[in-house]
Amino acid sequence: MALIEVKGLNKVYKSGDVEVHALRDVSLTIDLGAFIAVMGPSGSGKSTFMNMIGCLDQPTSGSYLLDGVDVGGLDGNELAEIRNKKLGFIFQGFNLLPRTKLVENVGLPMLYAGVGAQKRRQMALKALEAVGLSDKAGSYPNQLSGGQQQRAAIARALVNNAPIILADEPTGNLDTKTSYEIMKLFVRLNKDLNVTVILVTHEPDIAAFARRIIKFSDGRVTDDEEVKKT
Amino acid sequence: MIGIIPSFKIASDAIRANKMRSILTMLGIIIGVGAVIIMLAVGSGARKMLEDQIASIGSNLLIVLPGASTSGGMSHGMGSQPTLTLLDAEAVEKQCPAVLYVAPVLSGVAQVVYGNQNWSTMVTGTTRGMFDLRDWSLASGRYFTGQDVRGATKVCLLGKTVVENLFGSIDPVGQVIRIQKVPFTVIGVLDEKGQSPSGQDQDDAIYVPVTTAQKKLFGTAFPGMIKVILVSAKGADYLEPAEKQITELLKQRHHIGPKQENDFTVKNLTQILGAAEKAAQIMSLLLGAIASVSLIVGGIGIMNIMLVSVTERTREIGIRMAVGARAWDIRLQFLIEALTLSLLGGIMGILMGVGVAKTISTLSGWPTLISPLSVLLAFSFSGVTGIFFGFYPAYKASLLNPISALRYE
Ligand SMILES: Nc1ncnc2c1ncn2[C@@H]1O[C@H](COP(=O)(O)OP(=O)(O)O)[C@@H](O)[C@H]1O
Ligand SMILES: [Mg+2]
Repeated sequence: MALIEVKGLNKVYKSGDVEVHALRDVSLTIDLGAFIAVMGPSGSGKSTFMNMIGCLDQPTSGSYLLDGVDVGGLDGNELAEIRNKKLGFIFQGFNLLPRTKLVENVGLPMLYAGVGAQKRRQMALKALEAVGLSDKAGSYPNQLSGGQQQRAAIARALVNNAPIILADEPTGNLDTKTSYEIMKLFVRLNKDLNVTVILVTHEPDIAAFARRIIKFSDGRVTDDEEVKKT
Repeated sequence: MIGIIPSFKIASDAIRANKMRSILTMLGIIIGVGAVIIMLAVGSGARKMLEDQIASIGSNLLIVLPGASTSGGMSHGMGSQPTLTLLDAEAVEKQCPAVLYVAPVLSGVAQVVYGNQNWSTMVTGTTRGMFDLRDWSLASGRYFTGQDVRGATKVCLLGKTVVENLFGSIDPVGQVIRIQKVPFTVIGVLDEKGQSPSGQDQDDAIYVPVTTAQKKLFGTAFPGMIKVILVSAKGADYLEPAEKQITELLKQRHHIGPKQENDFTVKNLTQILGAAEKAAQIMSLLLGAIASVSLIVGGIGIMNIMLVSVTERTREIGIRMAVGARAWDIRLQFLIEALTLSLLGGIMGILMGVGVAKTISTLSGWPTLISPLSVLLAFSFSGVTGIFFGFYPAYKASLLNPISALRYE
């Protein structure tokens, strides 16, 4: 059974009289352990697709099965629980809580999972170690470089042992060298922990780290192919 | 659902991040709660003082004044033409079964001299009944007797304040003082009594037999005239019968027909003190109004700041939702933040209120009483305010859409 299975996904935004079809009839499946790059021009629906997969938004029509569960039939609390347990988000702007120590930022998903303070800290430290930030546990986000902040965000996505990491342009704010470091981290997590990675990018060299590339254009999937690794 | 303790931690972090703003926000609550504390402290202090004073004057007291009653209620009828006599007082004592003690009063301010010391004080001519009626014991010496009254002997009893001012450390009993040049032998000193309800020092007084006062000290319009008759009833239940009996008796003695207006007034002292208590209650109500207004204003202040805080932290809310916060988690977070603000304000308000109440009593001598219950009440008021005014911002925060919250700049 596929980890993610979407069928006939449509998303229409209405602003006044204008209707924007952000997604049109998107159907695809993604297996556990996949490493996918989502590409396409600006406004082609990549972020909308990621939000649907991430249970942050509901499609206008179509179905979405996550781990065999029909997400369309869930209420707000159940969606929150799925985001908490099965999904890890990584954003272009890092989105760490300001004025909050890294260890607490990373432990945030565990807080909402109802894990006690001690265990939370322990797991957060473990996740920080996995991304090579053990020494920054007590730092605040504004004391770190962009690359370090993004690695902290990855640690936060990992902390709950979620099987899926969703990253919307994770390297968009980073220089090339740091971007490659982040991508190598994704590759390692994908390989070592069998985490499913789905990331959005504009850059072909970033997409080249993935094993499958899905291309969007005007809300449709126009291309979906496995990448042959040399 | 995240627990209460993590929520309090998030709240205290947020409050600390904006210290100045948080304190300004709390100001309304601080003032409101402070006012509640002061109000209750002053109110219960006043009540206690009145109770003490009622006890010090004597219980179940009636006062018979010359002149018709006035509509003001508080008028003591002083200055009306004199109509009461010592015989009236004696008749009341003998013929009214509901009456326990009777004390005629003929008083005036007089110059008192002992050696080279002199002092101006209230001299009251009365009978032994005065001290029974007011439950006023002796510090030393003896009371004057019926014989002293019948014989109009020149003896006197002194209050503590008079003794201090005329005698210092000398034992006054047996000494002779001059009241308006008339020599009186001191036969006793009264125990300390403290302040009267109207704030007078009750120990600044000299008591002499009423007949002596009539003959030697205060010229009277006609023989046997007195100013006031104090009467105590046999118990609280006897107050009304006593009032009726006295009125009937004096009407008869003064030959007042059924259609005529009385030339005297019988007043219930507890009623007079009740008026003072009412004044204290009105003051409490006023402070209570101030307290509730500033609690509401303080609550609106909290709501306002919480709404600002929710807007400012839209992105934070989005992040929390993305990592799995439920609507109730967000609601609880902001609710607890509002609650923390208001409770902190409440604690500061309680401290301020206690401080001000203490200062009031030391500066003005007005007693204040801070009960644990009033502290608890003030604290719960601030908590309720926080929850009430924090709910809407918290609810609003929980309705945010995670995607637009995350995109919020
Ligand atoms: N909340 C929204 N309301 C209205 N239109 C939206 C909203 N979000 C996205 N869109 C529109 O949907 C289309 C796809 O947007 P998006 O998924 O963000 O594209 P991408 O991430 O590929 O640049 C765009 O035309 C965009 O303007
Ligand atoms: Mg996008």
